[in-house]
Amino acid sequence: MLKRLTLAAMLSLGVATGALAAGERHGGTLVFTAPYGSSFATLDVQASPNTQEEFITQAIHRALYSWDSIQNKPVLELASSEEVSDDGTVHTYHLRDNAVFHNGKPLTADDIIYSYKRIANPKNAFPGASYIAVIKGAEEFIAGKAQEISGLKKIDDHTLEITYTGPINPGFPLMQNTTVIYPSNVEDESSFAKTPVGLGAFVFREHVPGSQVVVEKFDKYYEEGKPYLDRINIVLMAEDAARDVAFRNKEIDVSILGPTQYQAYQGEEALKDHLLEVAEVYTRNIGFNPAFEPFKDKRVRQAINHAINAPLIIERLVKNKAYPASGWLPLSSPAFDKDKAPYAFDPDKAKALLAEAGYADGFEFEVTASPNESWGVPIVEAILPMLKKVGITVKPKPVESSALGDAVTSNNFQAFIWSNLSGPDPLNALRCYYSKTAQSACNYASYSSPDFDKLYEAAQQERDPAKQSDLLRQANNIVQDDAPVWFFNYNKAVMAYQPWIHGLVPNATELAVQPYDEIWIDDTAPDARK
Amino acid sequence: MLRFTLRRILQVVPTIVVVALLIFVIFSVVPGTFAASLFADGKRAADPQMIARLNEEFGLNKPLMERFVTYVTDLARFDLGTSFRTRQPVIDLINDRMGASLQLAVAAMVFAIVVGVPLGFLAALRPGSILDTVTMIGAVSGLSMPQFWLGLLMMYLFALQLNWLPSFGYGDGSLRNLILPAVTLGVTPLALLARTTRAGVLDVLNADFIRTAHSKGMSEAKVVRWHVARNALVLIVTTIGLQFGSLIGQAVVIEKLFAWPGIGSLLVDSVAIRDIPVVQGTILVIVLWFLIINTAVDLVYAAIDPRIKQE
Repeated sequence: MLKRLTLAAMLSLGVATGALAAGERHGGTLVFTAPYGSSFATLDVQASPNTQEEFITQAIHRALYSWDSIQNKPVLELASSEEVSDDGTVHTYHLRDNAVFHNGKPLTADDIIYSYKRIANPKNAFPGASYIAVIKGAEEFIAGKAQEISGLKKIDDHTLEITYTGPINPGFPLMQNTTVIYPSNVEDESSFAKTPVGLGAFVFREHVPGSQVVVEKFDKYYEEGKPYLDRINIVLMAEDAARDVAFRNKEIDVSILGPTQYQAYQGEEALKDHLLEVAEVYTRNIGFNPAFEPFKDKRVRQAINHAINAPLIIERLVKNKAYPASGWLPLSSPAFDKDKAPYAFDPDKAKALLAEAGYADGFEFEVTASPNESWGVPIVEAILPMLKKVGITVKPKPVESSALGDAVTSNNFQAFIWSNLSGPDPLNALRCYYSKTAQSACNYASYSSPDFDKLYEAAQQERDPAKQSDLLRQANNIVQDDAPVWFFNYNKAVMAYQPWIHGLVPNATELAVQPYDEIWIDDTAPDARK
Repeated sequence: MLRFTLRRILQVVPTIVVVALLIFVIFSVVPGTFAASLFADGKRAADPQMIARLNEEFGLNKPLMERFVTYVTDLARFDLGTSFRTRQPVIDLINDRMGASLQLAVAAMVFAIVVGVPLGFLAALRPGSILDTVTMIGAVSGLSMPQFWLGLLMMYLFALQLNWLPSFGYGDGSLRNLILPAVTLGVTPLALLARTTRAGVLDVLNADFIRTAHSKGMSEAKVVRWHVARNALVLIVTTIGLQFGSLIGQAVVIEKLFAWPGIGSLLVDSVAIRDIPVVQGTILVIVLWFLIINTAVDLVYAAIDPRIKQE
């Protein structure tokens, strides 16, 4: 399914290898926009986990690893090769010898050590510290109990040895925008917030706070012949309607679509051929709190899954901008089980299960929900009559999104509706169902299953990716059967792009995050953009 | 006049103190925290250690009273605090955005005055005429139209259909980018000004001294210039002042819609992610702005009509 999706996306785009061979063109300005926030919090991207800061990161910075959207996995970025010890914990990186920072400093092992220490510095309280924690000795450093991170060892300027806490794939944590590498020769670290310096294909030029960030081509970028573009204006536009007008007016080159726009664009001749779709790694769900008596019984949770007609809601409300969920791990996960069917819509079975569990007369519960149109109050309102038919009364409890996070992590809910990260790393995604994961971390439904734990722990130790995927697939199926949540859907992200744009990729981790150095603009672009 | 001016300025201080207190109390009781907002979109798992580190760094784990004392002490030193999100001084963030907001508010007000006042005047001089009827229908529509919808309409018409103007953004700060948001923001004060001017002028036109001036054989133009305009001015200036004062607050919606980089969009963003120091600072600046304009209007008012300061 995933292969088909990716292929379809690439064909519909006319991008990737085939189109690139057809003749890339250098020059031009990309006006990039996305619907996240309305301003950049800071240009010090190590300090910010927000999606909008990822757009700057992609242009200006590079991390040790990066995400390859075509292969759907993390790949080495700043190292040309790596050697891994037999137990999988020690990685020796041979760094690129042609990578240069925008301030002229060549990349060395010192820059990586400096950057990881800065991210993990307890005084900074940076969000990337949890990713650095996979390195041996980082926990002690983060806690302020050590002066150095013992797992980081410089062999020479271009060779770095990193010892990890276990046989993990370090690509996932160390490809994050909060773990990018900064130059170690900048005296005033606070300058990163206003004048960022990185290893990326574009140099920071200007930031108009609340409006846009402008970057320009870096002539000494290590990938030969890249980037193609001269300039990128990265603009944030939170309003769907305003973005729609600007896109149709050809003022912006790409636009992320909501459900309503997706439906409208599909019906328009001039727009429908330039849509890029991908199954993103998010699972929308309603989490049940087992502290609420009826949810203690697995049959009740299963009954709810049977009582709701998820495909109908996806079709009518979400305008088909989603894929029905058959478990926690999404379509694009390497451990996705294509043979596992979603819960069938079967109210009679739901009633029978409820009766068996002693709730033949039903019960009432409250769903804490944000206003989000795809995974908030409108969805709770849609399930209301469906659950009523099997005797369950649902009451939406509307809250703002930051209050939702607060309520869920403090276990202050009967049920909640949310969209949660469920990839790309299946080991990390399923950590949220491991009984040793704190409720406030991401085990929001306080899930605990000895069978699941056994499989998960085995997967943690497994070094063969195929065997590990198989163990995680089985673990995921246990979660599906236990139904600690109502499995709703996996997000289908949709991007509309102008016909003169080439090189976009179906990035399953976040479609709006694109490799700018691959993008090029052809001759049909308006003059102002060429 | 000096005493009056001083008294008005001193009245600003208690108002600011009360507003500051209110903001602190409100944002202490609303649910949601900055740390929780970092993963509110579900794009990453919550990290309890990070939440604890952030809460400690921002002093959010301290008792409410202690936080309140810190807040007031800082405020007394004109320190608006540090943003949770950007870790920069709040005053710097506001400074970065204030220029764009002022630009938008001034442009909107100029548009409202240049169009609204003459329209109101002309309508009042020819009551019942087609111009009067059209102006008043237009004014009522302008007042009742939601700004958000009007903005979209403007974008659709002038950007998408006619292709005259850019539909969004600050661009390079050129006038072309300013026109659509300024006109959208200016429509409400324009409508109000047209109505107020018309009412004010009609009031003056019906006054005894105008009849006297006419009976003495004074020309229509002279009557309007010397008597009507001057007397209607008090009401018009007040309306302009009050509208200008509230414009920065009203700009919140317009700035969001047109991706305009003012303090309105800064405020909305900061509320959503619970960046409390920025919310407090921005609201205080907006309130202060309103009070300053209000005071200035009172002073101008007193200068135009000396009876005011006696009251």
